[in-house]
Amino acid sequence: MTATTTPYAELKAPTTARRLLTAPTTGPLVALLLACAFFSLSTDQFLTGGNFSLIVQQVMVVGTLAIGQTLIILTAGIDLSCGAVMAFGSIVNAKMAAEGSLPPLVAIALGLVVCGGFGLLNGLLVQKIPLPPFIVTLGMLNVAFALTHIYSEEQTVTNLPGPLTALGQTFPLGRTDITYGSLVTIALFLLLAYALSSTGWGRHVHALGDSPEAARLNGIRTSRLTIGVYTVAGLLYGIAALLLISRTGVGDPQAGQTDNLDSITAVVLGGTSLFGGRGSVLGTFIGVLIVGVFRNGLQLMGVASIYQTLITGVLVILAVTIDQLSRKKAR
Amino acid sequence: MPRTARLPLSLLRAAACTGIAALTLTACGSGSGSTSAGTGSGDVKVGLITKTDTNPFFVKMKEGAEKTAKAEGVTLMTAAGKFDGDNAGQITALENMVASGVKGVLITPSDSKAIVPAIAKARAKGVLVIALDTPPEPESAVDALFATDNLKAGELIGEYAKAAMKGKTAKIATLDLAPGVSVGVQRHDGFLKGFGIDEKDPAVVCSQDTGGDQAKGQTAMENCLQKEPGINVVYTINEPAALGAYTAIKAKGREKDVLIVSVDGGCTGTQAVKDGTIAATSQQYPLKMAAEGVKAVVTYAKDGKKASGYTDTGVTLISDKPQDGVTSKDTAYGLENCWG
Repeated sequence: MTATTTPYAELKAPTTARRLLTAPTTGPLVALLLACAFFSLSTDQFLTGGNFSLIVQQVMVVGTLAIGQTLIILTAGIDLSCGAVMAFGSIVNAKMAAEGSLPPLVAIALGLVVCGGFGLLNGLLVQKIPLPPFIVTLGMLNVAFALTHIYSEEQTVTNLPGPLTALGQTFPLGRTDITYGSLVTIALFLLLAYALSSTGWGRHVHALGDSPEAARLNGIRTSRLTIGVYTVAGLLYGIAALLLISRTGVGDPQAGQTDNLDSITAVVLGGTSLFGGRGSVLGTFIGVLIVGVFRNGLQLMGVASIYQTLITGVLVILAVTIDQLSRKKAR
Repeated sequence: MPRTARLPLSLLRAAACTGIAALTLTACGSGSGSTSAGTGSGDVKVGLITKTDTNPFFVKMKEGAEKTAKAEGVTLMTAAGKFDGDNAGQITALENMVASGVKGVLITPSDSKAIVPAIAKARAKGVLVIALDTPPEPESAVDALFATDNLKAGELIGEYAKAAMKGKTAKIATLDLAPGVSVGVQRHDGFLKGFGIDEKDPAVVCSQDTGGDQAKGQTAMENCLQKEPGINVVYTINEPAALGAYTAIKAKGREKDVLIVSVDGGCTGTQAVKDGTIAATSQQYPLKMAAEGVKAVVTYAKDGKKASGYTDTGVTLISDKPQDGVTSKDTAYGLENCWG
């Protein structure tokens, strides 16, 4: 299936206008702007700094997960375990700091290591056995979910020390309060966008998703690269775990149960192809904002939340349709 | 790859871009003076956040809130988590409602503890927060609580089961909610109290979590019967779990020997009491919780008086086989007052 795309290096240089029109992020960006315009006209409370700060806060956890998800989907993989791994990381963070009497920073580091470890394990199973990513991460979803509930004893962890929730604190920018966590998420998006578009590693990730065989024949060490991608994704889930704690102020074993599908939704809405090789994390950022803007905007308008689910579903199908059609075009 | 009809894609994109340009222009043209449908800025807004929006209990709650909101001339906003336990979803909804300028929010917390910081933030902004059905932990995190006395709901069916067994040796299975959820714990404890035994009593031969789900209730009951085929009393957290249990018991041909008691009083469940599937149920009144909640917010909007403390919205034992010494009402009354 991956053989149908033209290797990106051989594309004819299109005109700027044409490139803008056909860039995978154009469609999502248009949709986002349309949604913003619509909600600005529909409700007074939408177009304010405070509200946009709120929307970013509301998408930062799934957004950070979706960065990892994008990396994995770019290699034509998928990760169903991201939300569960994050939940486990957050419980490790919270319990170690609140009850294990470890210094908060050590607890945070431990959470990152645990999540990175899950990523590494996913990568090893996908690459070395090898097993399909769908199956590996489906299994890991259950493992991480169970460990979360066993380790937490089904109890929400409260009374967390300050450093764990520090990212939830705000600072004023003009008249708007911004949380530090929002900045972390935006910085991660920019960092990974740069790494994917402007480094050898990023080009290799794209090449791997286009055609693993061709990538290997071109001298890319695909095995190490795959394992590396899953590990980086795991570390990102660890950061998401910390953001989650900072947002809710507690360690919650029930958290993240639909975040795997939510992150995939964001990736797809952002124009990244589920067949690998094609897409960008900036698109994913737009995708996650689309979900957040619709949720917030419809709520402000007083529309029941079930319609937001309906609209998200329609948008996903639309996004995949556009992806399919443009792939045919590119052939 | 399947062949699909070609669409002029660049044309589509161009059209979309033109659309956005047009809309942006309109936005610039109209300045800040926007017109909104339905929600004028002078209105009093009331928010209702339920655990899910598919469970009939919360559907009824929403109905009660809608009716009262209409009667009082206030705007109702509703939201729900994606699944029972979706704390993040409830926080997001709460924030959005506060951003939209609600006067008060009625909430059934999915996670009693984890919602507390978000409620504190909303209250700090002057929003009246009332918990419906499920108290947060600590209860003082909200201004007021309108709920069923779940301990009493459990006690009623415990007393009923004790009377119905008439001194026979009981082998009890309890089909519970989930660990650590206050509603489930209180009903379970209430049942044991009403039955006159404690947690460690050997009469309790099997305890399983069902999440209040019919399929899980059936599985749990099947496993309990596997463990102890002689079970003759089944306590269930709610009626879906009870109906699941009944299916499992019937498959073993033991439906005549097993007494099932439950809590909720939904219409399907009350009908099951009438049909004899469930012996008795403690009926609660979600519509009343929501209606009282909306009224409390209206009062707060009018004269700034905040509701406080706990208001018991009542519970009634429903059964067509009344037992001596246990007060109950029949299913005719139950069906008249049921929800769902």
